[in-house]
Amino acid sequence: MVDIANHIAAHAVKLARVAVVSAYPITPQTQVIEEISALIEAGEMDCEYIPVESEHSAMAALIGAAAVGVRAFSATSAHGLAYMHELLHWAAGIRLPMVMVNVNRAMGPGWNIWCDHQDAISQRDTGWIQLYCAGHQEIADTVIQAFRISEDPRVILPVMVNYDAFVLSHSYMQADLPGQEEVDRFLPPFRSAWRLDLDNPLTHGSVIYPNDYEEVRLSMQQAHERAREVIAEAAEEYRRIIGRFHGALVEAYRMEDAEYALVAMGSLAAEARVAVDALREEGLAAGLVRVRSYRPFPGEELAGLLDVLKGVLVIDRDISFGMEGALYSDTKAALYGKSQVPVFNAITGLGGRDVPYTVMMEEMRRVAEGKRREAVSWPTIRFNDHHRASREGMSRCG
Amino acid sequence: MRLRDFPEEELFLKGSAACAGCPGSMALRVAFKALGRNTLLVVIASCTSVLQSPFPYSALGVPVLNMAFATGGATGAGVAAAVDYLVKKGALQERPNVLVWAGDGGTYDIGIQALSGAAERGDDFIYVCYNNEAYSNTGTQRSGATPYAAWTSNTITGKREWRKDVAQIMVAHDLPYVATASLAYPTDFFNKMRKAASIRGTKYIEMLAPCPPGWKFPSDSTVKVSRLAVQTGVWLLFEHEDGRTNYTAGTRRIIEGQAELVPVVEYLRAQGRFRHLFRDGEEDERVREYQERIDRVFDNLRFASRLRERLMDLEIRG
Amino acid sequence: MARREKKETAAGKPEDVGIITTLSVPIVGSVGKTGSWRVFVPVKEEERCNNCLLCWIYCPEACISKDIRIDLDYCKGCGICAVECPRRAIVMVKEEKGGGR
Repeated sequence: MVDIANHIAAHAVKLARVAVVSAYPITPQTQVIEEISALIEAGEMDCEYIPVESEHSAMAALIGAAAVGVRAFSATSAHGLAYMHELLHWAAGIRLPMVMVNVNRAMGPGWNIWCDHQDAISQRDTGWIQLYCAGHQEIADTVIQAFRISEDPRVILPVMVNYDAFVLSHSYMQADLPGQEEVDRFLPPFRSAWRLDLDNPLTHGSVIYPNDYEEVRLSMQQAHERAREVIAEAAEEYRRIIGRFHGALVEAYRMEDAEYALVAMGSLAAEARVAVDALREEGLAAGLVRVRSYRPFPGEELAGLLDVLKGVLVIDRDISFGMEGALYSDTKAALYGKSQVPVFNAITGLGGRDVPYTVMMEEMRRVAEGKRREAVSWPTIRFNDHHRASREGMSRCG
Repeated sequence: MRLRDFPEEELFLKGSAACAGCPGSMALRVAFKALGRNTLLVVIASCTSVLQSPFPYSALGVPVLNMAFATGGATGAGVAAAVDYLVKKGALQERPNVLVWAGDGGTYDIGIQALSGAAERGDDFIYVCYNNEAYSNTGTQRSGATPYAAWTSNTITGKREWRKDVAQIMVAHDLPYVATASLAYPTDFFNKMRKAASIRGTKYIEMLAPCPPGWKFPSDSTVKVSRLAVQTGVWLLFEHEDGRTNYTAGTRRIIEGQAELVPVVEYLRAQGRFRHLFRDGEEDERVREYQERIDRVFDNLRFASRLRERLMDLEIRG
Repeated sequence: MARREKKETAAGKPEDVGIITTLSVPIVGSVGKTGSWRVFVPVKEEERCNNCLLCWIYCPEACISKDIRIDLDYCKGCGICAVECPRRAIVMVKEEKGGGR
């Protein structure tokens, strides 16, 4: 089909035989739920749809449904994701499977509906598995894989499938949807670790004392560690049954003989391929590592790919204020004690600012030429007349 | 339904962490008897989150999902939708009752949005608010349900505002069933729970839950205070069905003239949280304000009742 | 270049705990024998009881059976049964030793 990524994601949800969808509209996710509604009303999708009155309620309803023991799905973005923050912790800690699409969008103020990764990065400590997609085909395939990863008995954690606002969510591209029969072979019926069972009444979530709590949290961390293997397996199985593969935890491009590498997530990583090819034309042995699974973080894979290089540039479409790009910090942590390769950070593309491949090339050249002093750069910053007008107004405040 | 016909099975398991004389455990026990074991329970942050005892043992004999404070209506919606899906698919033979159990905090304040959303959508569950008129679980801070002049830990000289009435807000949502209850009228509560269970859609029942430590009365007076609340007209017992409100039990007896309103001062004197209204042997001005308000409400109720009787009379004769 | 000796911590890498989450199992006495809480104990005067069942339904702890036997292992001594009994067939008495068994 040729469609916007939001619609494609909706069709993947339908193929996954989701039982309950609870979601609240927010630009630029709205078409996900509109398409799901349309499919339900056309009789093409057999699920219960709850048009909740807020994102916090969307996550609460999702948890309620998953607790009963059915496959459940939601979608959100930016402020909606932030609104459910409290419950993102709950959803991960409750040890039930759930999948949610998050369309990566900037955080306010002001109202910026365009893409960056601040929203999902801000949730990285909640315990959700976070996957980042770089294109429409990958979105279709990853949404389906997400259910399998989430429900795997070695994991039982919620999975967030991220993709960029407008660049992906609203652009028309071609994607092949697998057939229902293939998906049924890939995705077993819903399974979970526990449920609200009338034949075996249990209470979930009561008071837990310091003497008992740490083990619950360790259990989640260990599930993340096991999830590395499960994510890779799911990608391999998907390739075997349906025939497409987008990488497991990372996707390496032209890394076999690379001397320098770009590291990026989401649609910027797709753009980075163009930069890599152009740099190669110029004689720079560049490569790209696209991080597909941000949590669990593919530390080993990155260390293995980057450790003998001459320079690495990590592109962050986010900023951990008071520190640096989040992907940058995590990448350096993966290399710590293993390699002395110089690693640099470019913070760019925030709020949907366009990042042309030429900018990536220029940043990479400066790394290769040893001209770069600063660890962190903001290469696309341009203070302009709008800022001046605003500041002038502000200066008039008494 | 009479007491002797109440099921004997206990789904509230003795040896819980509830305070002695707790209205919450009392109400939950009766609710369980009305609904039986074919029930899924959602408990949002409140005293009930704690009185059910800590991990890994539970005083509750049905499947229970504890959830965050603001989520009552929404979690109920999710559980209800999943249950409906399983019934539709034949995976569940009989649809279980879905019971959301919340305090006044989770109903009047932080949870009102989720409740209103669910009510507007008509999500199929029973929502019981056990109302102890404060945030008891965190040490008795004021809530939107705290009555006028009541002491709480952050309304030391008495709350300045009259309380909200969420039961009436639920009536305004045009729900198929809205009711209020009191622990002193267990058969009334039992019948209301059973009726709610037989209706599809969102059902709301609010139970006044006098709390010994929070309202400051001895643990043996929970039922007595619950009864006084009805007898003085502070708490109205009603059910609202098919667009009509009918008063029940003790409230009905007052409206229809079979009982007189007990002066509200007796209700207020029975609770330490109103002690500051009776300093130095004087009765605070606010006691009179209470009585005036109640008298006004009951004048209207009695008038409406007599008018309805009169009209029915005329219709029969005419 | 001096090298610090690596010391193996006592804990080392944590054991695999599998899936552990806050699931609780329903049992009587979930917080123990709560009879130990009470100061006053209910004493039933058999001849006065007419089995009206009010104490049965009012007990907040489900400690009174339908045939009006009081479970002193769990009774917290709240006194509601005594106050509500229309025949005064239950009396609260200060317990001599610590409550419960």
